[in-house]
Amino acid sequence: MTTATESSATKPSASVDPRAFLKRQTRWSVFEVLFWLATLSPFFLFETYLSLASQIAITALFAVSLDLILGYAGIISLGHAVFFGVGAYTAGIVSKYGWGEPISGLFIAAAAAAIVGYLTSFIIVRVQHLALLMITLGLGFIAVEIANSADWLTGGADGLLGVETWPVLGIWDFDLWGKTAYGFALVVLFILFVVSRRLVHSPFGLSLRGIRENAVRMPAIGAPNPRRLQKVYVISAAIAGVAGALLTQTTEFASLEVLGFQRSADLAIILILGGTGRLYGAIIGAIIFMVARDQLADMNPQYWYFWIGLLLMAVVLFLPDGILGGLTRLVPARWRKP
Amino acid sequence: MRILKAAALALAVSFAGIGHAQAQDTVKIGLILPFTGQFADGAKQIDDAIKLYIEENGDTVAGKKIEILRKDTGGIAPDVAKRLAQELVVRDKVDILAGFLLTPNALAVGPISEEAKKFMVVMNAATSIITTKSPYMARVSMTTPMVNEELGKWAFANGVTEVFTINSDYGPGNDAQAGFQRAFEAAGGKIVGADKVPVANPDFSAFVQRAKDANPQGIWVFIPGGAQPAAFAKALAERGLTPENTKVMGQGELTVEAALASMGDAALGIITGFHYDYNHQSEKNAAFVKAYNEMFGRNPDFFGVGGYDGMNLIYEALKKTDGNTDGEALIEAAKGMSWESPRGPIAIDPETRDVVETVYIREVQKDADGNLINVEIDKIENVKDPVKARM
Repeated sequence: MTTATESSATKPSASVDPRAFLKRQTRWSVFEVLFWLATLSPFFLFETYLSLASQIAITALFAVSLDLILGYAGIISLGHAVFFGVGAYTAGIVSKYGWGEPISGLFIAAAAAAIVGYLTSFIIVRVQHLALLMITLGLGFIAVEIANSADWLTGGADGLLGVETWPVLGIWDFDLWGKTAYGFALVVLFILFVVSRRLVHSPFGLSLRGIRENAVRMPAIGAPNPRRLQKVYVISAAIAGVAGALLTQTTEFASLEVLGFQRSADLAIILILGGTGRLYGAIIGAIIFMVARDQLADMNPQYWYFWIGLLLMAVVLFLPDGILGGLTRLVPARWRKP
Repeated sequence: MRILKAAALALAVSFAGIGHAQAQDTVKIGLILPFTGQFADGAKQIDDAIKLYIEENGDTVAGKKIEILRKDTGGIAPDVAKRLAQELVVRDKVDILAGFLLTPNALAVGPISEEAKKFMVVMNAATSIITTKSPYMARVSMTTPMVNEELGKWAFANGVTEVFTINSDYGPGNDAQAGFQRAFEAAGGKIVGADKVPVANPDFSAFVQRAKDANPQGIWVFIPGGAQPAAFAKALAERGLTPENTKVMGQGELTVEAALASMGDAALGIITGFHYDYNHQSEKNAAFVKAYNEMFGRNPDFFGVGGYDGMNLIYEALKKTDGNTDGEALIEAAKGMSWESPRGPIAIDPETRDVVETVYIREVQKDADGNLINVEIDKIENVKDPVKARM
């Protein structure tokens, strides 16, 4: 608690009561309510796109998990797919050996990813910048190699077969149209989004932003970094694990690419597109990236990557805060949050 | 639960039928392939061969127009492949799912084909178990075990009793090695050493040296294409392993056109087992290679012949059902079907729905113009997938 008071007191608007500041930040705005209502629209307007919508929701959740460490705590990672993959394989393996209940599956996957996150966090908090990139990259390669060689458990390069997800709450079976898949993924995304939102607007979240802005100053004002970074890293890993588990449960399959570098790299693109350090940026980025990919690939299955590249360059050149950052600038200042 | 699932599906399918009357005159084929990424060239081979087939045979069969919807998975991405298949079925209302260059993608789509009762044609992916994932699935490519087990038997029958194996340490490589070893040992041969090398391996000297130290009569190898065949051939030449003292054997990918070009004369004498090469001598193949070259300016490879035969299977099955696209009807029509392919005789096993074909044993030689080519020196006819035969 004391940390938060101190860190917010270091802001220019020091006269603001820190409690009021935090409270104002956590208030739900009209835009947010509208946004979440809009997420229900695929059920009515785009019924045939529900399986895409469910994969967008899963990717968005994964992006939120990366935003927690990258956008708020300043930990750059090119290996976040490790936790996604651990979650995906855990959920798959649990289901393969007879426990296909999806909700408890998510908890088990989150726990497994959190454990891996905790173990790796000791290295992560000790390095920065380029070394951090290299270490997370290396962790990713190691994870793929382990999963590849443990083919008795993971199915190796062929992928994990025999995953069967039971109906959600015993009622909603996963259907060909993707209704259950989207509904389930959306509910999980919303719950974990609310948790993440609460987290970044808590005193703990503020102290993370302090570390991001000035890693030397935070310990000097009595808020040591490593434990805080470790904590958020583990939370982020657990959320990524849930996202991975959702993917396995909704597709009833897992393969090595859930751990792969491509997934981590796509995720970085998504965050940059949407805008880092703002949770909605992760979701908007996921929507734009996945929809653009789907539509462009439909128009030209062979050369669509060109357009993705162009989009990415345009965004980083003209909208340095990402698409959401650009949108925010259109909103009158008095409606914006501080 | 199964009944509920089936009922829901029947409902979905019947809804899908409503307002769909105009589609009676077209047959929609969803083609799922990795059009981008590192497997893009193989996907292009398949897609080009499909275009060629349609060019040659017209885009109407049994009174219906063939429409192809192309979807890109971007590489190994079973989740994407599965979603694309789902969307093709529920949104685009395709009648047939086809393509599938990569095993994980094919495996993930299998259940969609089963649930939606859609005829599914695997044009390349070569892991044995794929066809067990849907009763409406047929394969026209090959399986890794069928080629390597035949090669193993052939090697022993032709006087090679001790072999050292080297393979890339990943799924297809390990499967191929297991197949070769199983058949070679069952025939009476001895594996004197088995080394696994990293998938991305720039230098084979250490591995080839180890093989040489074991002093085998033959080396069996499985490595991915790209720069590796050349590196491997170089290591062989440096260590003095030549066809005179050691037989080098492998699966056909080792000596495809591009690989031969990169290996140069060091490839001479390498023996491979495979189901297709553009140099296969037959009237049908000569016409196929000529037409393919005219349209696309290069030779077809095993990917291409998979796409070509896949289309042939779809066309012939549709003719047999008189345009009925029901999954049940199409797979029944496909079972036991046999035809003359550019690769030689090919059939669909009525029990396993997997391919039955000739496995050729080829040796790299020089043709009259000095080009390196695969020359068939032996063949084993009517080979079925041995893994499913044992199941």
